[in-house]
Amino acid sequence: MHTFIVRRLLISIPVILLITMIMYLIINLAPGDPIDMLVGQQALTPTEIERIRISLGLNEPIHQRYLNWLGQLARGNLGFSYLDHQPVLDRIAERLVPTFSLMFFVILVSYVAAVPIGVISAVRQYTWIDYLATSIAFFGISFPNFFSGLVGIYFFSLKLNWFPTGGLESIGQGFSIMDRLHHLLLPGLVLAFREMGVLVRYTRSSMLDVIRQDYVRTARAGGLSEWYVILHHALRNALLPLITMLGLSIPRLFAGVVIIEQIFQWPGMGRLAIEAIVSRDYPVLMGLTLCTAVMVLMGNLLADLLYGVADPRIRLSGRR
Amino acid sequence: MSDLVEEKRPVLSLRGLTTVFKTDLGVVKAVDGLDLDLPAGATLGIVGESGCGKSTVGLSIMKLIPEPPGRIACGEILFEGEDLTKLSNREMRLVRGNKISMIFQEPMTSLNPVLRIGEIISEVIRAHQKVPRKLAWEKSIEALDKVRIPSPSIRINDYPHEMSGGMRQRAMIALAICCDPTLIIADEPTTALDVTIQAQILSLLGRIKKALGTSIILITHDLGVIAENTEKVAVMYAGRLVECADTATLFDSPLHPYTQGLVLTVPRLGARKEKQSRLNVIPGLVPNLLSLGPGCHFADRCNQVMDVCRRLKPEICIQDEKHLVRCWRYA
Amino acid sequence: MQGVADNTARHEIPRQTFRSLARRRFLRHRLALAGAVIVAVIVFMAVFAPWLAPHDPNHVDIMLAREGPSFGHLLGSDVVGRDVLSRLIYGSRVSLSVGLLAVGVYVVIGLILGCVAGYFGGWVDMVVSRLVDAVLSFPVLMLILVIVGLLGPSLFNIILVLGFLGWPEVARIVRGQTLAVREELYVLSSEAAGAPSSRIIIKDILPNIMSPVIVNATFGVARAILIEAGLSFLGMGVQPPTASWGNMLNDAQSLSILETMPWMWVPPGLMIFIATISINFVGDGLRDALDPKLN
Repeated sequence: MHTFIVRRLLISIPVILLITMIMYLIINLAPGDPIDMLVGQQALTPTEIERIRISLGLNEPIHQRYLNWLGQLARGNLGFSYLDHQPVLDRIAERLVPTFSLMFFVILVSYVAAVPIGVISAVRQYTWIDYLATSIAFFGISFPNFFSGLVGIYFFSLKLNWFPTGGLESIGQGFSIMDRLHHLLLPGLVLAFREMGVLVRYTRSSMLDVIRQDYVRTARAGGLSEWYVILHHALRNALLPLITMLGLSIPRLFAGVVIIEQIFQWPGMGRLAIEAIVSRDYPVLMGLTLCTAVMVLMGNLLADLLYGVADPRIRLSGRR
Repeated sequence: MSDLVEEKRPVLSLRGLTTVFKTDLGVVKAVDGLDLDLPAGATLGIVGESGCGKSTVGLSIMKLIPEPPGRIACGEILFEGEDLTKLSNREMRLVRGNKISMIFQEPMTSLNPVLRIGEIISEVIRAHQKVPRKLAWEKSIEALDKVRIPSPSIRINDYPHEMSGGMRQRAMIALAICCDPTLIIADEPTTALDVTIQAQILSLLGRIKKALGTSIILITHDLGVIAENTEKVAVMYAGRLVECADTATLFDSPLHPYTQGLVLTVPRLGARKEKQSRLNVIPGLVPNLLSLGPGCHFADRCNQVMDVCRRLKPEICIQDEKHLVRCWRYA
Repeated sequence: MQGVADNTARHEIPRQTFRSLARRRFLRHRLALAGAVIVAVIVFMAVFAPWLAPHDPNHVDIMLAREGPSFGHLLGSDVVGRDVLSRLIYGSRVSLSVGLLAVGVYVVIGLILGCVAGYFGGWVDMVVSRLVDAVLSFPVLMLILVIVGLLGPSLFNIILVLGFLGWPEVARIVRGQTLAVREELYVLSSEAAGAPSSRIIIKDILPNIMSPVIVNATFGVARAILIEAGLSFLGMGVQPPTASWGNMLNDAQSLSILETMPWMWVPPGLMIFIATISINFVGDGLRDALDPKLN
């Protein structure tokens, strides 16, 4: 078990390196001089600009710059933002909790809601329940999440006043869990709407697959009740691919999070990414790339570990 | 042996059993008007090529036919005085695994991979007998012991993938006998196994039959298995019964041209040279059940076909008291 | 019940029967039919936009800005006075072109790489598979945002990015299918007859693996439309004055517009939704028709 984890972590490193390398390349291929953004409105003489350039190491060839960045990284330094000269690490760190809490909420809600619906849909295939569930799932998948965000704000926030229109918390109040939750609900539910759609279809198709299997027939042949067969025999097997889905959910969710954070003024990593791109804040971008790459790889690792625990066929801690 | 067997009332009787399936291309009669009797304590073999409906018979008796697209269209399944076709699902559940159980072909895929053998067997025991978990677990160990699995109290914690093919099939048999059923339906129990294991499994079934007095329906396409392990044989073709007799009689004097062809295809070791020069083969393919003609289903491949065979379907007729055959040659 | 009900897999029955069976199954799927009709309408809208649109979509008229629906402007006007309805109609061009072109690009790439990997195996397969894994483990959205954000937002760039990032999924499917079909009799007999690899791939393998590719491509079109709309919404996609359903929604980020001028953002949002769900229904119907076992 431990060797597995260690091995995966070791393999992840070159992948992360590759990703950051490619990102660095792309960023530097972009037209426009980062110096312009840095310098802003100030009128500086060419020599002063040159001095700034040298001090930031921007005059060196690209591979040297990348290695410098790596070297800094090894010392725990992600560089400084071009925009406000704050350490990148800090800027990202303060955005982690909002984004993670959003993503966690969405995963929780969507799995808890989608799995039963998917199961029922599969068991009652071709009935009206199935059609309804499948249609709603399609709705969820096809609704552009920025549109549902806008609609959500329009109805539940502006018209019904159930939720605030955005932000992490109400201004002026101290830190309050209830308040934070209140702000979390609308963006979370909007995101969960789509995620649920995906999951319902996945659960349904996984269940349908499993129900056809021979061992389900064996269970029925033993005289077990249909619901017991479904819940105890079928579902346990149907859930296995969903665990893998967990790992795959993260990149997909992150894409949604970026947009939702924008609409709801949610101070998370997604908004930071957009700010960084628009303002060509390369250090922040590199830091974010690193973070998201790590997130994705960790998510996959976690999913694989969970799968190993759940499926005795590939259980990593062998009994014998 | 067969005289004794015939005296008792049959433990299972099929009367006109017809099971159909709806497919994209039309409705198919997988089993068509089947009449069959299983004498108590005997092994009845059902033999035929792939697609002849023999597996469907087993599933129909257990009422495990998937409802869309299939269903039992008509007929009776008489078991212990009841017609199983008339039982509700709840009532049928009391029968399955308890009075009638089934062994399937592929032990690899027929056992739930995420459950331990002990769990699989004990839950069936607990479904039919009100016993506490511990007792059910112990009974499961007993069942594993009866099928001669070594170290059953250790093996009971195994997952299916941790067992060999032969052991898995033994476990399936243990599952089938755990509630002392009256009838066991074995659907190609040895097809997926090595030849040496096949023999072990079949002799195990024989031993269980003797020890527990169970009746067995043995479904297979392998005539060799039929010859060694059954007292009575039913031959099926394209969903219909074409011949039925005591095993010895069937092999000595097969009546239906199809059976004759089948019997001749079994290569015989040590046969005299004149009798076996080339491997016999029945020409042609199994007919498409969607486009069956008006006459006998076997007419196109029959080497003794007559005019009437192509025009009208033959009925069952009785030769020599217990030997049934469906062929115009004997009408 | 072997032998009949299952025998409608692509390569097991003659092509004629398969096609008519597939068509029948598709037509049974009511939602897919509805979807197909709507998609046809949208295509019509895109093709005949110049004739259908009542006004020039880019014509600015500050005097008419922010006006609600009226006879002259059935869906009202946007913040600079452009006719919303006309922009809506022209927006379909953007969405459709992104969808079809991006998917076209990545399907072609995916088919080539997947086929080659599956057919030739060996180190070719290894290289392609590693490539697939590498691209798939990318935080793709970051990449898209960065590329489009930095190279400049434009329709062309979006199509390019989506095209070059979407192929691994197709390649994976194609590779799997090729491996499955590779050992079939008709392939082996062509090889035995000495046919050149390219011919075998094109005539024997390709036609029999297209089903899942077609299904995947259909869903891909819907996804591409959503991505483009999202990017345009963020201001990183198609830029005004070109009308895109996504950038039409951009205005609604202002709370006042959101609350008081729904005609500006509801129609384009609905259009994206309708287009996406219709294509998804069609994809579902196709999947049902071409490979019923999957559902």
